Amino acid sequence: MLRIGVLGLQGDFREHVEMLSFLGVETLVVKLPEDLDLVDGLIIPGGESTTMGRVMENVGLKEPLVEKIKNGLPVYGTCAGMILLSKRVVDHDQPLLGVLDTEVERNAYGRQVESFEVDIEIQAIGEKPFKAVFIRAPRIVKHGENVEVLAEYGGDPILVREENILASSFHPELTKDTRIHEYFLRMVEK
Amino acid sequence: MEVYKGTWMVKKGFAEMFKGGVIMDVTNAEQAKIAEEAGAVAVMALERVPADIRKAGGVARMASIKKIKEIMEAVSIPVMAKVRIGHMAEARILEELGVDFIDESEVLTPADDKFHINKHEYKVPFVCGARDLGEALRRIAEGAAMIRTKGEAGTGNIVEAVKHMRRVQDEIRKVVNMPEEELVKEAKELGAPVELLREVKRLGRLPVVNFAAGGVATPADAALMMMLGADGVFVGSGIFKSKDPRKMARAIVMAVTYWDNPKILLKVSEDIGEPMPGLDVNELEIRMQERGW
Repeated sequence: MLRIGVLGLQGDFREHVEMLSFLGVETLVVKLPEDLDLVDGLIIPGGESTTMGRVMENVGLKEPLVEKIKNGLPVYGTCAGMILLSKRVVDHDQPLLGVLDTEVERNAYGRQVESFEVDIEIQAIGEKPFKAVFIRAPRIVKHGENVEVLAEYGGDPILVREENILASSFHPELTKDTRIHEYFLRMVEK
Repeated sequence: MEVYKGTWMVKKGFAEMFKGGVIMDVTNAEQAKIAEEAGAVAVMALERVPADIRKAGGVARMASIKKIKEIMEAVSIPVMAKVRIGHMAEARILEELGVDFIDESEVLTPADDKFHINKHEYKVPFVCGARDLGEALRRIAEGAAMIRTKGEAGTGNIVEAVKHMRRVQDEIRKVVNMPEEELVKEAKELGAPVELLREVKRLGRLPVVNFAAGGVATPADAALMMMLGADGVFVGSGIFKSKDPRKMARAIVMAVTYWDNPKILLKVSEDIGEPMPGLDVNELEIRMQERGW
């Protein structure tokens, strides 16, 4: 049976755990380097990317995690998780995993009063629209040619995949729609 | 494609992102940068930290706009600011300014001695203080997207924070175990809407994020509040009234993530410098926690 880790340093990891449990998947909240050996895939939740990055460095989790992802561990990052996976952040110096060939701009849609929800189309998970919740969301401003764009909003990529790495600038875990998590589980099963 | 802003999902969801994090009081751009660097999930922009508000006395109001702007420009993490209880105009001004969260706070002098702000009307989310489940649910009914237990701000004394967190958790456990037919009477006694009590019963927790506040002065204090069931902590005076704010801030961030790991707690508790001086809560002239209705 699959066991999916959810990085539990900070952020809305509970919502990811609840969604995975609803899908009948065993979960583990990952907080230490040794936890990484116990999981078949990892979700990096929403939250504050600078906080997660600092804590990861302080506890020696960053390097082993980068190594795991480079060796093929399937990983899915939402919002702050997407920032951490990215190679570059516009105008901001912070610890990053740097494994996804994207450059992101933080808070690109504005401050909290500009946070929004909107129905979007994602062909990869079916015809029915997906309610995407954007909270002080990052925007992908550049991406390499190996990065596949699975969904766009306003002309910008919002759900992308590069090999074993999936990332979204929005938060499926805040909704009841499990389709993106199911997509990720299919990536893990392969 | 219809775009919706300021929805309950967006407000409550934003608060969920703070979980497992530390929100730090700061009074200028330099402190805000230290907080961000240490790993704070947000900063609270203030004219003075609560310990100094307590000393200064008089009427404590919303911070100056210049001060809040300075802090908003200094950091990439969310910036919160406080308004006086019931002060709808201060709240509209801060919403227009674009602060990310408003704290309708007992630390400032109340503007209304009977009513709080109707927070549903705003696009910006609010956090409010509470000492028990009834007070927490009244604030949620008014639209608060996040709760913090009050403690006693500016004292560096954790005892009131513990008391309030224990009370809220005890009352939640009571509701969870209560048969449905007793809920209406319980709602009457708590002074809270029965619909919200039903939600508490279903979830086994508050329907919004619940942080601890008011008295956190060390990494151990922060870990204690997490052990008692807090989703995260606010640290007011505890960081910038300590001898070495950088170290203290970093240690408290680590303690909130690793509250259940004594090895790491020990490690981060070494070499943090002198914490802020503490006050006996029985000798206070003003008990801020009693503000709020």
